[in-house]
Amino acid sequence: MTADVAVAGIGLHPFGRFEGTSAHAMGATALHDAMNDASIARGDFQAAFCATAYGGVASGHRVLGALGLTGVPIVDVEAGCASGGAALSLAAGAIAAGQYDTVLVVGIEKMGSGMIRSSFFEPWMEAAGLSAGPAYFALRARRLMDEHGLGAGHLAELVVKNRSAGVHNPDAMFNTVVTADEVLTSKMVCDPLRLLMLCAPNEGAAAVVLRRADLAGPGTPRLLAAELRSHLPGSVLDESTPLAGIDDTGITPPSTLAAQDAWESAGVGPDDLDLVECQDTDAARELLVWHELGLCDRGEQARILAEGTFGPGGRLPVNQSGGLLSKGEPLGASGLGQVVELALQLRGEGGHRQVKGARVGLAHTIGRGANASVTILGTAVAAG
Amino acid sequence: MSSGTPPPIVGGLFRVDSDGLTLLGGRSQSSGLTHFPLQPVCPYTGADDVEPIDLPRTGELWQCTEVRAAPPGYSGPVPYGLGVVELDDGLRVVGRVKADSPAELAGGTPMTVVAETVTDAHGNDCTVWAFAEVAP
Repeated sequence: MTADVAVAGIGLHPFGRFEGTSAHAMGATALHDAMNDASIARGDFQAAFCATAYGGVASGHRVLGALGLTGVPIVDVEAGCASGGAALSLAAGAIAAGQYDTVLVVGIEKMGSGMIRSSFFEPWMEAAGLSAGPAYFALRARRLMDEHGLGAGHLAELVVKNRSAGVHNPDAMFNTVVTADEVLTSKMVCDPLRLLMLCAPNEGAAAVVLRRADLAGPGTPRLLAAELRSHLPGSVLDESTPLAGIDDTGITPPSTLAAQDAWESAGVGPDDLDLVECQDTDAARELLVWHELGLCDRGEQARILAEGTFGPGGRLPVNQSGGLLSKGEPLGASGLGQVVELALQLRGEGGHRQVKGARVGLAHTIGRGANASVTILGTAVAAG
Repeated sequence: MSSGTPPPIVGGLFRVDSDGLTLLGGRSQSSGLTHFPLQPVCPYTGADDVEPIDLPRTGELWQCTEVRAAPPGYSGPVPYGLGVVELDDGLRVVGRVKADSPAELAGGTPMTVVAETVTDAHGNDCTVWAFAEVAP
């Protein structure tokens, strides 16, 4: 459906902490760069979608307003960690349907440090101690360790992998390597998750210009799939964070549902991928995502970690950007940040972290709601 | 409500009487599945045939962790346990876990529903459900 949509331009405001700079100002920076990259200006686009969970009322209007670009339809999109993927999906669908030929997509966020406070949880749940996000991550991590034969050492290896990749990403919040020992001796937050195993909520923005492919430059990456799915009911450890559930093995998770849709839309499968950017909110989350996306079988994670298959220079680099564990996670910007990374790689502009010969890449987010997004980009050649 | 027990932190989720705390759930007559909290339709099938039920008061621990830092909006003591208990009817329920070392509790440990006192946003004592090991 989306084979005729191109990623015509990309822009990024670095992820980190920027005191005195608003989320909207960061969004304007990223969007301005993306429009320059696509060689478009006012009058060349027909709509804009702004992904944010905490930006507040009319965030997209504030971003476009800062650049004198208002007047077109501007819609804010909130889907937790999948907000960027959701905005991209809406924009791509509108182009594929012939409603628009060029759409701006921008993701912004400005979050404090520490545990995220979310209106998803009612005040009584906060008072009862039932709103501790990392605790739910920890419960899921324990389940993963039980069912996939993993230990705390494997969680540490995953962090080492992503942080070693992040060294080559100047737009990441953390640019230093860590050792497994440092990870395993960092402060315990919720057993088995320690501080260095959790990504940092932070600040940043990312933007993408989508165009009908015949209007975009010949070398621009194609959007092969931009899928969004929500959870099926019944799982107690899903990101929907229910108070109860009945089954956690027989219910297909939203990441798998979105991936299945994406394989069908894009006409590719896991074996066709050259790189993956995926949700590593915590170390266990990425290890579970590998399985949920069909990148590995149950229990294969330990061997893949040991052999470096999904590490820098491996057969399928996962989170070559450093992942959220290096970049931090500005919710509304994180998914589009992944898409910017894929586009850079497919354009051969990955610098020191370039994946050689990258032709097809997948971006994945999963978050509160629960919503999962899976986006697949391919070079114009790969798109056929 | 038994004397001396602070009011529920939220209405409709549980009852406290001389038998202790009982979680209030629902059961779909067509699917036979139970859920919590009580919903107007079966949350798994959408069937419009839910009857209110008292959930079993005992079960087994499934997963548990220990929260070491206070989440936003929480003013109670840390660390505290948070876990999932599979009740005797198969429903897995999230709740606080009262134990000295909750992260050390083994899966399958027999657990029972208990009342625990926490402080609400206004500084008042309230009752919430929790799980504790069944006394040996």
